[in-house]
Amino acid sequence: MRTLALLLCIAASAAAAEKESKISDGVVKIGVLTDMSGYYSDIAGSGSVTAAKMAVEDFGGKMLGKPIEIISADHQNKADIASNTARKWFDEEKVDAIADLVSSSTAGAVMPVAAEKKRITLLSGPATTAFTGEKCTAYNVHYTYDNWALANGTGREVVRQGGDSWFFVTADYIFGKSLEEDTSKVVKAAGGKVLGAARHPSPGTTDFSSFLLQAQASGAKIIGLANAGLDTVSCIKQAKEFNITPKQSLAGLLVFISDVHALGLDVAKGMYLTTAFYWDLNDETRKWSKRFFERQGKMPTMVQAGVYSEIRHYLEAIKAAGTDDADAVMAKMKATPVNDFFAKNGRIGPDGLHRHEMYLAQVKSPEESKHPWDYYKILKTIPAAEAFPTVEQQNCPLVKK
Amino acid sequence: MKALFGQLLLGLINGSFYALLSLGLSIIFGLLNVINFAHGALYMLGAFAAYVGLVQLGIGYWPALVLSPLVVGVLGLLIEVLLLRRLYGLDPLYGLLLTFGLTLVLEGAFQQLFGVSGNPYPMPAQLSGGADVRFMFLPWYRGWAVVVSLLVCFASWWVIERTRLGSYLRAGTENPRLLQAFGVNVPLMFTLTYAYGVALAAFAGVMAAPIYQVSPSMGSNLIMVVFAVVVIGGMGSIAGSIITGVGLGLVEGMTKYFYPEFASTVVFIIMAIVLLVRPAGLFGRER
Repeated sequence: MRTLALLLCIAASAAAAEKESKISDGVVKIGVLTDMSGYYSDIAGSGSVTAAKMAVEDFGGKMLGKPIEIISADHQNKADIASNTARKWFDEEKVDAIADLVSSSTAGAVMPVAAEKKRITLLSGPATTAFTGEKCTAYNVHYTYDNWALANGTGREVVRQGGDSWFFVTADYIFGKSLEEDTSKVVKAAGGKVLGAARHPSPGTTDFSSFLLQAQASGAKIIGLANAGLDTVSCIKQAKEFNITPKQSLAGLLVFISDVHALGLDVAKGMYLTTAFYWDLNDETRKWSKRFFERQGKMPTMVQAGVYSEIRHYLEAIKAAGTDDADAVMAKMKATPVNDFFAKNGRIGPDGLHRHEMYLAQVKSPEESKHPWDYYKILKTIPAAEAFPTVEQQNCPLVKK
Repeated sequence: MKALFGQLLLGLINGSFYALLSLGLSIIFGLLNVINFAHGALYMLGAFAAYVGLVQLGIGYWPALVLSPLVVGVLGLLIEVLLLRRLYGLDPLYGLLLTFGLTLVLEGAFQQLFGVSGNPYPMPAQLSGGADVRFMFLPWYRGWAVVVSLLVCFASWWVIERTRLGSYLRAGTENPRLLQAFGVNVPLMFTLTYAYGVALAAFAGVMAAPIYQVSPSMGSNLIMVVFAVVVIGGMGSIAGSIITGVGLGLVEGMTKYFYPEFASTVVFIIMAIVLLVRPAGLFGRER
């Protein structure tokens, strides 16, 4: 009898202690799940981990008296590795949220796992628009950019500037095709014409001259590059080699500052692109980016800046909610506007899409570039309402009509 | 019609690269019986040697064309003496595993050092620009690449098939022990052959540097096709790998014109058919 009473006592006090601390497992743990060594490791990778660590340090390293921890893993761009790591993190390592998830296949695999376990996903790298549309979950934020924003930013603006006939060079898989499709719609809606497309196998194509020659033969004013990473870089390089640019202009539909850096301005100059972030926008972005540069030796890509900002926003939401309970934190994140160096008055909608300003940029020529990493001319700030689809357009099943 | 000519010319350009790479592989396999999986990584190393030479030491394209194969060739020498030599008595599979491991180490190390996006290598000023050849714009550099690759290929073929040194090499392929009995230093010949094959890969790397991005994965993107070329041509057949390299480049070029999505697959379909009909390859001999 006495043992039973004692046990009850212990149980009761344990419950009381649990109730007092609103932080589950006594730690706020964020996992950065990214590509550490593959195709996307320059746009996300170790830079994303650095950004995440900076966010935690800037927050003070503690949440309501409990520590905040960052862990990271390499998903190798494989869906099964990503979802297995996520399961292990949630079940054994007390991870509360997973950030980055560059490449859509991994994000698509982790989102349902997180939703099932009521943990949060903070997407910064992947582009698939459906993550806040048909595939939306209640515990997901799509933070930095999506295909819709890229297609609209570059497509509509380039047509407005007179580039009204297009030919696409497209990576022959779901990402490239959907980007081509989205952009074609935008171009046609803006009054432009689509003259054709050449689809190249990816990855594995090193020589793009055949595809570029088809683009040249089409006579289109704009060659839209619906691919990413090394594919885009090679296309741009070889377009110059074959004298295709500057007679025809290139529009990179997904271009990161790391790509421009890898190409050099002499080759990349004049190209249009849409970006969510540029380090040299204002004093705030410069200040943060220089700190990042000191640690990483490179200026941040939009994905890496997005990782910092989304984690900061997540931590603020826990603080404001007074708990790390996923439902409460999601509600707070959606209720609070995002205001930092990355976004001004950004709003996370009921579908989980973070709507914020995007920028249409053109790559500078070597003469225009005054200092290292001085790469972009910002032609236009695209307001959030134009940059991203509306909640209705997204058709997320969670949002009641 | 105009467009088709353009694609054929591009195919010829790619084909000459395939030929240059598969030639090195073929020479190494022919004599050493080693499937040199590190060939792609060494091609990458050649390009990086040129890049680092330019950025760190100010060595331009023309000297790099000679120096970079030399440097990588010396590395090949070391690989042969320190590692490969120990595997000669064993199944070729061991050599394949070793060189595959080397590839992973080299690519991983360069990714760590340079990142995945790669670095640009400027076109030599003498060869930038190009000419309008009626049906397309031909960059000078691509023309140069075809001519030089084919010359190097032909010279290698000539040395192996038509000179005394080449006759030693061929004899070594047939019966190394008998050749040694005649007083030829066969182990040294093996070392130099491997170094030469590797230097050819590095040479192709320097040739490719101004066209492609100098990146750690540039070799692995190409090596699969090159292996297919060697298999189709017949493992170890010198002339076979050259002719097949150019031929497949042309076939690929046409595929890119008629059915682009199919371009990366067509080589392997041809490989499958050839293996069914002639298991030793088009120019190979049954052993």
